[in-house]
Amino acid sequence: MPSPPSLIRADHPLFVTKRRRFIDRIATVASWGATLFVLFFLGSLLWTLLYNGLPGFTLHLFTHSMKAPDQNGGLANAIIGSILQVGFALLLATPAGLLTGIYLAEYGAQSPLARVVRFVSDMLLSAPSILIGLFVYLIMVAPLEHFSGFAGSVSLALLAMPIIVRTTENMLRLVPHSVREAGIALGIPKWRVTLFICLRAAQSGIITGILLALARIAGETAPLLFTSLGNSKLSFNMERPMASVPLAIYEYAGSAYQDWMQEAWSGALLITVAVLAINIVVRISTYKGRT
Amino acid sequence: MTYLTSIKARHRTADPFFRWLAIASGCGTLVIVSAIIAVMVAGGWKAFTVFGPRFLIANVWNPVTQQFGAAAPLFGTLASSVFAMIVAVPLAFGTTFWLTMIAPPRLFSVVSMAVQLLAAIPSIIFGMWGVLVVVPFVAHVAQPFAQWLFGSTPILSALVTGPRFGTGLLTTAFVLAIMITPSMTAVLCDVFTAIPPVLRESGYGIGATRWEVVRYIMLPYSREGFIGSIVLGMGRAMGETMAVTFVIGDNNHISWSLFAPTNSIASLIALEFPESPTGSLKLASLLALGAILMAISFFTLWCSRWLLTRGSLARC
Repeated sequence: MPSPPSLIRADHPLFVTKRRRFIDRIATVASWGATLFVLFFLGSLLWTLLYNGLPGFTLHLFTHSMKAPDQNGGLANAIIGSILQVGFALLLATPAGLLTGIYLAEYGAQSPLARVVRFVSDMLLSAPSILIGLFVYLIMVAPLEHFSGFAGSVSLALLAMPIIVRTTENMLRLVPHSVREAGIALGIPKWRVTLFICLRAAQSGIITGILLALARIAGETAPLLFTSLGNSKLSFNMERPMASVPLAIYEYAGSAYQDWMQEAWSGALLITVAVLAINIVVRISTYKGRT
Repeated sequence: MTYLTSIKARHRTADPFFRWLAIASGCGTLVIVSAIIAVMVAGGWKAFTVFGPRFLIANVWNPVTQQFGAAAPLFGTLASSVFAMIVAVPLAFGTTFWLTMIAPPRLFSVVSMAVQLLAAIPSIIFGMWGVLVVVPFVAHVAQPFAQWLFGSTPILSALVTGPRFGTGLLTTAFVLAIMITPSMTAVLCDVFTAIPPVLRESGYGIGATRWEVVRYIMLPYSREGFIGSIVLGMGRAMGETMAVTFVIGDNNHISWSLFAPTNSIASLIALEFPESPTGSLKLASLLALGAILMAISFFTLWCSRWLLTRGSLARC
């Protein structure tokens, strides 16, 4: 037998020399450092939020509307405004997003129009949210000459729609082709196959997408600045300016009053808890769905 | 028989109807995005015609003399997001390296869950945290230290001069970096886990260290996806409004100092739009800035998509 190839020589570049082990050690330490650095600052963020938000996080916050400084107000009207606007936004965005997603997955596929629609939907997904607000101001608020909760909802819907489009398309693509063929072979028209077979098979994934869209728009502030404007009174009229939690946070955080600052932090805590809760629910349910 | 034909007749109308409904809503998306671009450009047209191409480079923002230029907010936008990327890319890469190669299984699930959850925190929270934590730190620790360190060096001293406000370019960049690191890490992790495990294993098989597997196998293999996720994060940093508005300092001048208050396009729009009457030159200038921001963000999206799809197509 000839001796083994010269790979196992101390000076061969692939042999683990001290230098290579040292570089690996440095990279390992650096990556531990990076992870701890990131986790440290994110922990600092959550700690700041809890430390400043918890003292004002009482029932009072949910039962009283916004008031002048030192009047001991709450955020009830902002919470109601947020729920109304976000709910209406989802009501607008879900059908439109579902239909567009169905078009991309079932009808358009790789046609030129579908490619353009897909790209444009991604453009909407990554468009700066303040520009969406600006756009809705120019087409809805300026011509009608008043700010409204509807305008806020429309701008939120524009942000939610591309998320729903993307998840709907991806989930429909996961439905095996044989399922569609089986439906067609039974004489079921395509629209029924799509709506009652494919969509139902992809149901949980699509609901996940809608929930993620909800979590995304619930914390958006920038698109509401010029559309729903904010309102310090309790109002259910979506044709008038409307309060929302992120706008209240923005208004109060910039103020100099102690109790307004307290309400801003409590509102921030509230919205973070809501957004994280939605995300946790989504992740737990998708995790269960997989196993 | 008649039953069957009636069903057929109904489907003959229902099927195309549904099909056209789907196509129409797809086209609706197209119309919306075209309308956004058209409205921005039309609204900003006045600024482009009044100031000409000089609008892009004029370092002036003066509502009193009606002189507006895009240079300062454009510089603020680009500089803050570039600096943010300088901080965020190594952090996101390091965290990804840790998550995919080093993390013990139990820690992996906790940390990756935390990272994904933190990517969902609303940006206004980062702005408030920035004001309360980062701004005082920069004002009382970082800038005094930098001034002590570089204050007497000829060129570097210009970078650290100025009053110690705490708000400014570097603060914004840092808050942005902490904000985008979780989502960038999530994308990078997806890119890395999409690499066939065989490649990684064969790397270990010939005796490569973990770092060498990442440096010579994973990174070259996923180069496009890696750059694509960076560009995606950069797009997000440039369009960010709320986190920036709180900490950037609202000052429309370009300054050499890294600690000087400045402005980004998004924060300028958020702060000054309510004070811009309809039809004024200021409003037109803000809309023109919006159109520029739109163009930048679409360009970055196009780049990242091109890189990400090219990366995945090349492997098929």
